[in-house]
Parts: sequence; structure tokens; C-alpha cells
Amino acid sequence: MENNVTRTFNNLVQRNEKALIGYVVGGYPTLELSREIIEQLILSGVDIIEIGVPFSDPMADGPIIQEAFTRTLNCGIAPKDCLNLVKSVRERHKETPLLLMTYSNILYSNGLDKFLIQSKNCDIDGFIVPDLNFEEADDYLKETSKLDLATVFLTSPNTSTERLEKIAALSTGFVYMVSVFGITGSRNKFERYTFESISRSKAIVSSYGKHLAVGFGISTTKDGRRMIESGADGIIVGSSLINIITKNEHDKSKMMSELDIFVKGLKTVCKFPN
Amino acid sequence: MKNNTDLGKFGTYGGRYVPETLIPALEDLDKWYQRLKVDKSFQLELRGLLKDFAGRSTPLYYANNLTRHLGGPKIYLKREDLLHSGAHKINNTLGQALIAKKMGKTRIIAETGAGQHGVATSIASAVFELESEIYMGAKDVERQQLNVFRMNLLNSKVHSVHSGSKTLKDAINEALRDWIANVQDTHYLIGSVMGPHPFPTMVRDFQSVIGREIKEQIHKLSGNLPDAVIACVGGGSNAIGSFYPFINDKKVKLIGVEAGGEGIRTGFHAATLSKGRMGIFHGMKSYFLQDENGQISEAHSISAGLDYPGIGPEHANLKDTDRAAYPHVTDKEAVRAFILLSKLEGIIPALESAHAIAYIMKNANNFKKDETIVVTVSGRGDKDLTIVREYLAGSKVGIEKNKTTKGNGNS
Ligand SMILES: Cc1ncc(COP(=O)(O)O)c(C=O)c1O
Repeated sequence: MENNVTRTFNNLVQRNEKALIGYVVGGYPTLELSREIIEQLILSGVDIIEIGVPFSDPMADGPIIQEAFTRTLNCGIAPKDCLNLVKSVRERHKETPLLLMTYSNILYSNGLDKFLIQSKNCDIDGFIVPDLNFEEADDYLKETSKLDLATVFLTSPNTSTERLEKIAALSTGFVYMVSVFGITGSRNKFERYTFESISRSKAIVSSYGKHLAVGFGISTTKDGRRMIESGADGIIVGSSLINIITKNEHDKSKMMSELDIFVKGLKTVCKFPN
Repeated sequence: MKNNTDLGKFGTYGGRYVPETLIPALEDLDKWYQRLKVDKSFQLELRGLLKDFAGRSTPLYYANNLTRHLGGPKIYLKREDLLHSGAHKINNTLGQALIAKKMGKTRIIAETGAGQHGVATSIASAVFELESEIYMGAKDVERQQLNVFRMNLLNSKVHSVHSGSKTLKDAINEALRDWIANVQDTHYLIGSVMGPHPFPTMVRDFQSVIGREIKEQIHKLSGNLPDAVIACVGGGSNAIGSFYPFINDKKVKLIGVEAGGEGIRTGFHAATLSKGRMGIFHGMKSYFLQDENGQISEAHSISAGLDYPGIGPEHANLKDTDRAAYPHVTDKEAVRAFILLSKLEGIIPALESAHAIAYIMKNANNFKKDETIVVTVSGRGDKDLTIVREYLAGSKVGIEKNKTTKGNGNS
């Protein structure tokens, strides 16, 4: 079944382009600025937006996102603020997939169904939950399917074929491949295993009619290009964006122009993969 | 298809909530563990080490003076404090390090609060010639300089963790992050009955030696089962180790004592089962202290080993099914028990264990005189001397006044 996410991928495929996926922290550095940042990213060419909902203990995240979470939580930003953020972005962007990325406890601690319904009411398209794997996801699969919310499960370079097949089958948005053994944050260089895993995973994922996006550590157009050359249908950038945001926290116009330059560079790679 | 026991479910609790990268490592560990659990030579090797290196079995000691002082039930102390390293933690670290060795891992990582588990891990790593790195919150590093030095002596590298609240929960986060990055050659030696499956089950099995010995020893002494088994609960490993062999003996009361800190109405406590609610964190579904949005709270206890905002999933289930009770005692009550046991029995307990002692001090009247109670003394108190001294100097507690009314400590 088509949803905003798969529709976006399908449209890109028709144009022979790859997806550029951008991650921001909801409410960072402030709620209003994070809304403007999302506007900027979409304007500059990001195809899919992931909004990180701050969690006190983000086990899959490196220092850059940890720090952004901590600061955001210290400002009193709650999950419902992130949901409202999506709602306000949605007013101007009917088609752009807006996904929440957060940890299980945020989804479950007040009742999974309640959180998913609230999300649906704010026009969220789906979820990425790095500490939720399919064995534990029965309720989540049932509820998301009932509400027509997209699921994005993660895969890793050491994931077995058998598991990846399940992950592909159960992901109704796309499959998120973690590029490295490690947490989020930029890498100086990727090793061969990353690119080999992309090729191997791409073959399996596409045999299920699904798309594969690769993230964690991408910080240059060169990284992005190599991911795409290895078979990725999309690339995901997060920490690099947060870095630009943090560095230019007090100079909004510089922040926006640096984001614009960075995104356009990656977008070029996505548009002209060969 | 998976059934519940495959994924380590205790009722609805437990499971495996971790990034996909860790799944192969957990599956591999589970496979090895299932195999070694029934492997005669593995069990023989482990039993040998527990005996000759760690000093098992530990005595079950009739606390005559304490019993007389309280005027209630007969109190027996399970002396885990007499083990090498001074706490029950070594039952688990020797077991897991031996598994890691068999798996061909070359590097061990662990979290530690005050340093007890870090020390026990360093010791086990030394025994098996494994490289060892310990994550410890920056606040704890500062508070526990001596244990940092101890771990260094034992050839471990100690990483000071500056993220989040800079305490145990953050040390666990950081250890998990390390494991994600180094999963091929590294074993994460979790220190309690927590984390993703198979840890809660595996650690429980390693600690159950405590309860098995209790059962045998009390039977020899009284020909019977005890009426109650009492232990302190941080993550819950010494408690579940003490309880597990009695779970099907329904008439044995099981009592896990949580840290009430400065009082559970103050917000400064670690009474997870009283004040927490269901959540998903550190790889498991269990009870956690958290705010209304699901952000994990900081725990507070004078005892670093109990200072954790979560609890092992098996305890969550024992609570929900009413098989065990989980009361709490305050810092003040624990310090009082620390002093009382030292005076009366010549045993300085760990502050953690002092919580279990404090419970029976408070509730001796609720038991009959002919009843038999076993209290697990999970560790010795040498590590806590500075803390208790400072606590008393800060005169947060009317211990001095109390002292003069006690009076019958010498025999
Ligand atoms: C002596 C002692 N007792 C108890 C604990 C609490 O852990 P658990 O609840 O896993 O037994 C600790 C933890 O460091 C400890 O050192």
C-alpha cells in the first residue's frame, strides 16, 4: 500500500534520483527555530524529514545528538511539543514525509495506542525506533497498521539474511541501514564492510519491493556518493546537520545558508548518482 | 516461531529492546549460554573457581545477638560479604567471564556505580586474562577514587562518563554504546539481573548459588524451609539469587528491600517498584522511575549499588503476581542498621545490605518468635566507611542519641 513515504521514494525512482533524508531534533535549539530549520531543509531539497523526539538516555546516539537532546529537555520540551511541531510543518507541506525518530519508552510509557493516535492526529507519517526490533513489535505492528502509520525498522551490517528479510517485509516505509558498528555521529572514513553490506542489503530489501536508506556518520558528499554507488536508495544525515545548527546557533542567517549549501551538495549527489 | 521463554519474558516484562547491531551478539551469547549451562566441564570449572578462588560456600550464620536485641524471629545471615572482592557480584563475573573466554572474546566491558561490579569484573578479567574496561559515571569516579585505583591495580581501564546525570545509568548507556561499536571481540559483562535477554536469566542463574546454599544450610540447621528470605534490591541480582530456589515454595515469604533514599515522597529515592511504572529502557521492559513523558529519572540513595532507576524484569513480575513484596527503607534507617549490625554482630555490612537488615529491624514484630528469617548480607561495608562517616558528621540522623539507648551490643 502506498503512503507518503513510499510515494516519495517511487517518485524519485521515476526520476532516477535518490532520496535525501534529514534528521533534526524537535525543539532544538528552540521550538520556533527547529520549525524554521525544517522549512529550510525542505526548501533546499531534503525529501524526507525525521524529527528526533528527545529522550533522556539515547543509547544509539553519539555526543552530538546526546548533547542536543539534553539541552532540549532542559528547556522543557516534551514529546507533545514535537508532535505539534509536525502539525505546524504539515500545514505547508502536505506531501513531505514527516517521521518521528525516538526510543521505545517515549512511545510506550503512557500507552502505545495513545501515543500513536496522538501522532496520527498531528499528521505524522510514521516512526523510526532504534531500540525496537521486530520480535518485540507485535503491538506496534498492529497499531501502526490500524492507523496507517509507516514503520521503518533498522538493519545493521551484521544482520543475518533471515532477519533482514523479516525487517524488509515488516517495514512499510523504508529500511534504515545503520552504516557502521557504532552510534550516530560523523566518521572520518568508512570501511569496506559498509559498502559491501549496502550492496548485500539492497538486493534483499528490493526483492521485497522496499527501499533502503543508509545513515549514521555521513558527513560529506563523497560519503553519500559512495553509499549510493553501493546501492542505497537514499542517504540519511543527522549529526552533520545538528553540528551546523549548533555551531551557528546565534547567527540564524549563517545557519540557514550553511544548511542550504550542505543540503544542496548532497542533493546533487542524489540527483546525479552516476 | 519464538515463544516467550526464548526471549526471556517474565510475564510481560523482560525481552530484548536494543539496536539491531546487538541482536546477533545477544543471540550468540544465548546459544553459548544454553550450551554451557548443561556442559559438565564448564560447570566443574566454574564451581572450582567459586570454591577455590572466590571462597564458596559462604556461611549461613545465626545472628544470636541481633535476634536477642530485636526480640523477634530467629535471624540468619547469608554471608556473601565473605566472598573474595567482598560482595556477591563475583558469582556473576566469574560465570560471565568464563563464558566470554569460551566464546573467544578478548575484551570485557562493564558498568559500575560505586565500583563493586567494576572491581569484581576486573578480578574475573584478570583470572581469565581478558582485557577489561569499566564505565563509571563522572560523579561516581569522584566519589569513589579508591575503587578507581583498585580497578586500575587490577589492570582495568576506567572511563569516566560525562553524559546525562553522570551516574550509573549513564555508565550503562556508554557501555552499551561501546558494545555496539565493538560487538565482534567484546563481551558486555552486565552486573545485575537486568538488560536485554539473556542477561536477566543468565545472571539470575549465576547468583542462584546463594539461594541453593541457603536452602541446604537452613535445612541442615532446622530441618525446614525458612519463613522468609530478605535481600536488598538494586538491579536485583543478590535478591533474585536468594529468592529463586524458593519461588515454588509458596510458604516462604520473599522480601526485596528497595532504597527509599530521603523518603519516597521527597523524590530522592530509588524505590523503583513502589514509585516507578512500566517502561522500556536499557534493553528490557520493566519498572522504571520516569517522569510523565517517559524521561528516565535520576535515582537517589546513600548506597551507590542501589542507586538505579530500574529493576530486573523478573522482580517486576514477582511484584505484579504478588509472589514477592518490595518494601523500602530510607538512607537514615539503612545507616542505623549499618551501625547496629557492626556493634551487635561484629559484621560491617555494605550499605546496600544494610537496607535488608534495616527492614528486619523495623519489622521484627511482624514475625513470630519461632519463625526463621534469612537475610542476605550481599557485601561488606569497608567501601562505605567514608560515606557513613561523612553522613554522621553531617548529622543528618539522630544516630548519636540512638546509640545511647541501644546498650546491649557487647556480650
Ligand atoms: C554489596 C552490594 N549489594 C547489592 C548491590 C545491588 O545489586 P543487586 O540488586 O543486583 O544485588 C550491589 C551493587 O553494586 C552491591 O555492591
